[in-house]
Amino acid sequence: MSINASGWRPEAPTSSGKPSPTTTGNKALMLEEALIFEIGDLTTTGVDFEAFGASAQENTLAGLERSQPIGLPGLSEPETVRHYTRLSRQNYGIDLGFFPLGSCTMKHNPRLNEKMARLPGFADIHPLQPVDTVQGALGVINELATWLITLTGMYGVAMTPKAGAHGELCGMLCIKAALDARGEGHRKVVLVPESAHGTNPATAAFAGYTVEDIPATAEGRVDTAALLARLGPDVAAVMITNPNTCGLFERDMKVISDAVHAAGGFVYCDGANFNAIVGRVRPGDLGIDAMHINLHKTFSTPHGGGGPGSGPVVLSEALAPFGPLPFTTRMPDGHIALIEEETAGNDHPHTFGRMCAFHGQMGMFTRALTYILSHGADGLRQVAEDAVLNANYILRSLENTLEAPFGGSGPCMHEALFSDNGVADGFSTIDIAKGLIDEGFHPMTMYFPLVVHGAMLIEPTETESKAALDQFILALQSVAERAKAGDVSLKSAPHFAPRSRLDETLAARRPVLVWKDPELAQAAE
Amino acid sequence: MRYLPLTQSDRDAMLGVIGVATIDDLFVDVPEAARLDGPIHGLPMHASEMAVERHMTKLARQNLTAGEVPFFLGCGAYKHHVPASVDHLIQRGEFLTAYTPYQPEIAQGTLQMLFEFQTQVARLLGTDVANASMYDGSTACWEAIGMARRITKRGKALLSSGLHPHYVSVAKTMAKFTGDALETSAPTLGPDTDIDALIAAIDSDTSCVVVQYPDILGRIADLKPLADACHAQKALLIAVVTEPVALGAIKSPGEMDADIVVGEGQSLGVGLQFGGPYVGLFGCKEKYVRQMPGRLCGETVDADGRRGFVLTLSTREQHIRREKATSNICTNSGLCALAFSIHMTLLGEAGLRQLATINHAGAVSAAKRLRQVPGVELVTPAFFNEFTLKLPKEARPVVRTLADRGILAGVSLGRLYPGEPKLANGLVVAVTETTSAEDVETLATALQEILA
Repeated sequence: MSINASGWRPEAPTSSGKPSPTTTGNKALMLEEALIFEIGDLTTTGVDFEAFGASAQENTLAGLERSQPIGLPGLSEPETVRHYTRLSRQNYGIDLGFFPLGSCTMKHNPRLNEKMARLPGFADIHPLQPVDTVQGALGVINELATWLITLTGMYGVAMTPKAGAHGELCGMLCIKAALDARGEGHRKVVLVPESAHGTNPATAAFAGYTVEDIPATAEGRVDTAALLARLGPDVAAVMITNPNTCGLFERDMKVISDAVHAAGGFVYCDGANFNAIVGRVRPGDLGIDAMHINLHKTFSTPHGGGGPGSGPVVLSEALAPFGPLPFTTRMPDGHIALIEEETAGNDHPHTFGRMCAFHGQMGMFTRALTYILSHGADGLRQVAEDAVLNANYILRSLENTLEAPFGGSGPCMHEALFSDNGVADGFSTIDIAKGLIDEGFHPMTMYFPLVVHGAMLIEPTETESKAALDQFILALQSVAERAKAGDVSLKSAPHFAPRSRLDETLAARRPVLVWKDPELAQAAE
Repeated sequence: MRYLPLTQSDRDAMLGVIGVATIDDLFVDVPEAARLDGPIHGLPMHASEMAVERHMTKLARQNLTAGEVPFFLGCGAYKHHVPASVDHLIQRGEFLTAYTPYQPEIAQGTLQMLFEFQTQVARLLGTDVANASMYDGSTACWEAIGMARRITKRGKALLSSGLHPHYVSVAKTMAKFTGDALETSAPTLGPDTDIDALIAAIDSDTSCVVVQYPDILGRIADLKPLADACHAQKALLIAVVTEPVALGAIKSPGEMDADIVVGEGQSLGVGLQFGGPYVGLFGCKEKYVRQMPGRLCGETVDADGRRGFVLTLSTREQHIRREKATSNICTNSGLCALAFSIHMTLLGEAGLRQLATINHAGAVSAAKRLRQVPGVELVTPAFFNEFTLKLPKEARPVVRTLADRGILAGVSLGRLYPGEPKLANGLVVAVTETTSAEDVETLATALQEILA
C-alpha cells in the first residue's frame, strides 16, 4: 500500500536504475500517511462520552433531524495521534531550522507564551461574561495597548483587528470616517507604492478607493518626487511600508507625511516590519497616522501554518476617536471598563463600530504581552539591533554571490534583497529555492517584491545565531553557484523532501478541493 | 535576554564583516529627529521567566473561569470539552511554528491537514467546497455578503433579525466601505423566526439573504422555502452557523439549498479564549468557488506521480491580483483549523452525532427545569442546545447577581441589544456536554430565590 496519484492503493515495486521504492511508500522514519477518509470510518470514535442524566426521547428539533450520513470518518485516539504526528513530520517549522521568509518574519516562538495563554484564567473565559468577572483579561488588553502606544509614540490603539490585513482595513476605515467627519468624503484616491505588500492595494480597493501606484526609485525607495507631485484634493491617503519591502528605511518618511498632511490626506503605514525599528524609532515621530502591528511578526506569536494572526492598529490623535469598538479604558479607581456599543455613548460618538465579534485575538494578546515582558524596553531595542545586524550580515556575505540590486543603497533594515540576475539560462529563483530545501533550509521569499526581477527576500530576524547564519550563507552560496553553472539536477530539486516538485499548474487547472471516494468519483465521470 | 543568541563577540565580528564600526551606522537612514536614543519612559526592563509567570498568573487569577462554576453562556461561543490530544498535537513544533505553506514540498503536513479540513467542513455544512478557514464567523459572514455582491452584481442584503447582533455590527461596519444597503431589525422575543418576512422582502435588487441557524435566540427553522424564494429572484441564501455541533443533529444548510454557508468553528477544538482566536468556516456551491475569499488547498501530483497538496487558485488572491483580488485576506486561522480538524477526527460521524444528542438532551432537560421557576417562560419551543427564557424582570441585573453567587447564567439580551427595552427580560441559556444536572439545579434554585 502506498500513496500515489489515486490515493492509498497497493503499488507494485518497479525495477529501474534507481533504488526500488519500498512497498509501503515509506522511507525509513519518514512515513507516508493516508487521508483520514481512507483510514477512518463512520462508526469509529476516539471519544468516550458521559451519559447525560436526561434521555433524548423527546426532542425539540422541529422535524429537522439529520437523516443522511454526514460522511465524517472517525479514528480512535491512538490512530488520531499517529495520523497528525506523522503529518507534522512532513512540515518545516522554525523549531526545526532557519525560516528566512522575507517580509513574513519567522522567529523563535517561546513556549512560555504558550504556557501563559493556556492558563485557565485566560483560556477558559467567555467573551460575554460580566465585565467585573474578567478584569484580569481586560488588564492584559490594557497593558499590551500601553506598550504598543508607548513603543510607537502614537496616541491610541485599536486592538480588535484579527490579522495584518484586517488591521489595514481598520486603519483605512478610520481614515474614511475622519474624512467623512470633516466633509471630505469626495477624496477617493489612495496612493500605494509599487513595492507595497499586495494586501495594501487589495485593502484600499476593498475599502472603495481607487488605487494609484507610485513608482520606486532605482535605489529601492518610494519616488518621493512622484508621490508629492500626485498629492491633491482627491487623495484620501498614502499607504506606505516602512521599513519597506526592499528591506530599506524610507528616509523621506517625515517629508512625505508632512506633505500628505498639508494636502489634506492621511498616512497609513504597513507596520509588518516593525521588528526592525522597535525601540529605536517611533512611527509617531515620522508623522504616521495609522499603522498595524502584526503581533506574530514583531512579538513572536506563532503562525501555526498560516494563522492565526493579530493586527492591532496604532492611531494618531486625529484618527483615534474614529477607532473601532470594543476597547478598554482604565477608570480612576483602577477598574477597567469595556467600551461597547452600549457604553460608547456620548464620550465616543465618532467610533466607526465593530470589526469582529468579541474582543479580537485575546490568545495572541496574552502571548505577545508575555514576550514583551520577557524582553522589556531594553530587550526590544536589542531585538531591532540584532535583527538589522543579522540582515546586513546576510547582505554583505552574499552580495558577491548573488546580485543585490539595492546593495549600494545603504544598510538594509530587517531583510536583504537579491535577484536571480546572473544565473544560467533557463534557471531562476525557484530552482535556487528548491535547491535550498535539499540543503535542509526553508527557502526565502520568492519573486517578491515585484519591483525586482526574480526577487529573493531573506529575513533572518534576531533569533538566529551567527553559526546558523553562516551555515545558511554557505548553503545558499553553493546552490547559487550551481544555478550559475547550469547544474541540471537543480531543475528537478527538491530530491530529498517528502515530495518532489509539485505540479501547481495542474492543481489550478483541475481544482480538487475536497476528497471524493475514488470509486464514486470514477463512477460519476 | 534569553531569546537573543548573539554574543557581544559575535556582534563585533559581524560588524567587521559588514564593514561598519557600530550598530548605529546601520541606522543611518533614519532621520536624526526620529531616532530614539535614550531609554523608553514608562516601560519596565526585561524580566526572568519566573517574574513573567508571576505577573501573568496574577492577571489570570482575576478572572472567573467557566470551568470553576455552573456555566450557561453561548451566543456565538460555546464551552465544550476538548480532548487532551487536540492541544497536545497542535503544539507540535512542526505545526505550531510553521508559516503559510508557500513551499509545498516541505509543508505537506499543513497542506494535507487543510485538505482534510476543507472536506470535513464541506460535508458538515453540506456544501460542495470549503476554504482553508477564515478569521472567525463574524468576518466570514461579512465576506460572504461581499461574495454575493460580486456574484449577483447587486448591493442589497437582507439580514435576518435572528442573526447575531455582533455579526450584524460587523456587516454594517464593512458596508460603510462598499456601500451595500443592509436591511435588518432586532428580533422579537417569541417563538417564530422572521423567515416569512424575509421571503416577502426579497426583490430584484437583493443580493442575498443572511440567516442564522440555529439563530441568536436558539430557534431553528427549515431554510428550504427561503432558499427557494431567494433563487426565484436570483438572490443567494447565506446561512450562518455559530454552533457547528448542532449539525450533528439537524440538517445542514447546504442540504436545504443554501448557496454559501459560513460558520464559527470555535466549538470544536478551540475553546472559549475570551473571544479569539477562533476559526471561520466558509463553504459554498462549486460554481462560486472562484469568487470565494481566503486560501484554498488543492490536490495535485509531484514529479514522481505521488499525490500531494498545494495552495491553489491563488489568482483570486491579493498577492497576485492586488487591487483586483476577491478579498484582502492573507492570514487564515491555520492552527485553529488544525484543532477543529483533529477534534472532528476524534469524534468522527458517530461521535459528533452522539455529542449532538447529549447536548440536545441536556438542553431539553434544562429548559424543562428552568421553565418551572415561577415567572419564567420558555420563548423558544424548537431549539438545539441553546434556548431563550423570558424573565419577569430585566435579565441583566439578574445575571450580575448570579455571577456574585458564582453562577455564570447565560447571556442577557440587554447586553446584546442595549437599545431594545422589549428584549431586556430575555436570557439566552446554553447547555452542552459540560453542563451537569446539578449545575442546572443550582441555577434553577438561585433563579427562583432572586426572582421571588
